[in-house]
Amino acid sequence: MGGLSSLFVLLMVALLVADVSFSSWQSFAEALAKPEIQAACRLTMISCTLAAILSVWVATPMGYLLSRYRFPGRVAIDTLVDIPIVLPPLVLGLSLLILFHQPFWGWRLEDFLKDKLHFPVTFHWPAVVLAQFSVSCAFAIRTMRVTFDQINPRCEHVARTLGCTRGQAFMLIALPQAWRGVITAGTIAWARALGEFGPILVFAGSTRMKTEVLSTSVFLELSVGKLEAAVAVSLLMVAMAVIVLIVLRLLGTGLSP
Amino acid sequence: MIELQAVDIQAGSFRLSDVSFIIPTGEYAILMGKTGRGKTTILEAICGLREVQNGFILIDNQDVTQWSPGARHIGYVPQDLALFPTLSVRENLAFGLRLAKYSRSHTAERIEQLADLLGISALLSRRVQGLSGGESQRVALGRALAAWPKILILDEPLSALDMDTRTEMIELLRTVKKTTAVTILHVTHNPGEATQVADLRLELTAAGEIHAFRNTSQ
Repeated sequence: MGGLSSLFVLLMVALLVADVSFSSWQSFAEALAKPEIQAACRLTMISCTLAAILSVWVATPMGYLLSRYRFPGRVAIDTLVDIPIVLPPLVLGLSLLILFHQPFWGWRLEDFLKDKLHFPVTFHWPAVVLAQFSVSCAFAIRTMRVTFDQINPRCEHVARTLGCTRGQAFMLIALPQAWRGVITAGTIAWARALGEFGPILVFAGSTRMKTEVLSTSVFLELSVGKLEAAVAVSLLMVAMAVIVLIVLRLLGTGLSP
Repeated sequence: MIELQAVDIQAGSFRLSDVSFIIPTGEYAILMGKTGRGKTTILEAICGLREVQNGFILIDNQDVTQWSPGARHIGYVPQDLALFPTLSVRENLAFGLRLAKYSRSHTAERIEQLADLLGISALLSRRVQGLSGGESQRVALGRALAAWPKILILDEPLSALDMDTRTEMIELLRTVKKTTAVTILHVTHNPGEATQVADLRLELTAAGEIHAFRNTSQ
């Protein structure tokens, strides 16, 4: 069984070794020196972080609600939040595009955001964050729900007999116990956001210096036949992912009681 | 005083109907009955943690049926104790006092007083994870008593303890009964506990009826 499991680890190592041996330090440096790649790198870091923060912010109360309460429509909500997990990412991007541009009795969401709030979304950077958030949040909600399922609800019951409201019991008792889960949900959300490609391409496009993130950079470099640059950007993504995951894990270990 | 008047409680497919009993002020009552008959459900209803379909729950002659758990001034020690794992022993004891907005000095004074009564002065700075069964039980009791509740509810408080610790805890419960005017409702399977500490024994039958017996050995 150990041998079988190690095959997966070997496969991952082999993939990385193949990428590294295909690429050269020079092409890596050249890719990094490109202003487009630097911009994509910045947007990737910012959008992934925003998507992860938003995901945890939404997922924590939602996970608690699904774990602790029985209410009409709970099963429907439980199923709905899983849709981004099972749906092909491209379909999610298409659905976002339709949502923002479909007229409802002559009113369109994108027009309202652009004209009234001066905050255009489609094919602008907010679309990148929204596309990433739509997928990452579903994973974060699952993680937070499991986290709260594993926390004894009786502590919150006792807190309520001592004078807490339901909200205070959540904030003062449940949430401090859920820190490890919050960090894990944030990590998963960030990692999912980094890997997102399909919905970003459809909903935000891949305009260089504007909505290009590293995952779309790989696609753009490949589409113009620059395989070495595509591999260099891929390796950059691997390095970023490893650094962020290690930092989040260390943070999680430090915060856990 | 705790009084239940024709209370109906639904817990999933389980139902208790027409539950009625009175525990006079300052008395120590033991609620007995086989597993699965709904003893914990009754306790949770008294605490306000479980909705009551019909009937009334009165504390000191006041109808508290629709009151929030915190407004009932009940100290609750559940079977698994449910100590707050991210807080120290001192913070566990101070939790209710902080919510009730007692001053720092008043809180510190009350914690010292409780720690003396319960014999946990040496544990105040410790985290709750490393405590023994008996120590955890004392901390849970202290947390429940801290804000001077009118009612103390204990769900099988001695079931997980060894014989020596159980004897110590029975002695401690007797002391609590003597030194506080709190009305106590204690759930147990053990008839020995009823004869050792209780003024009143309430027996929950298979039909969901409650029969009350005064304990003459007390």
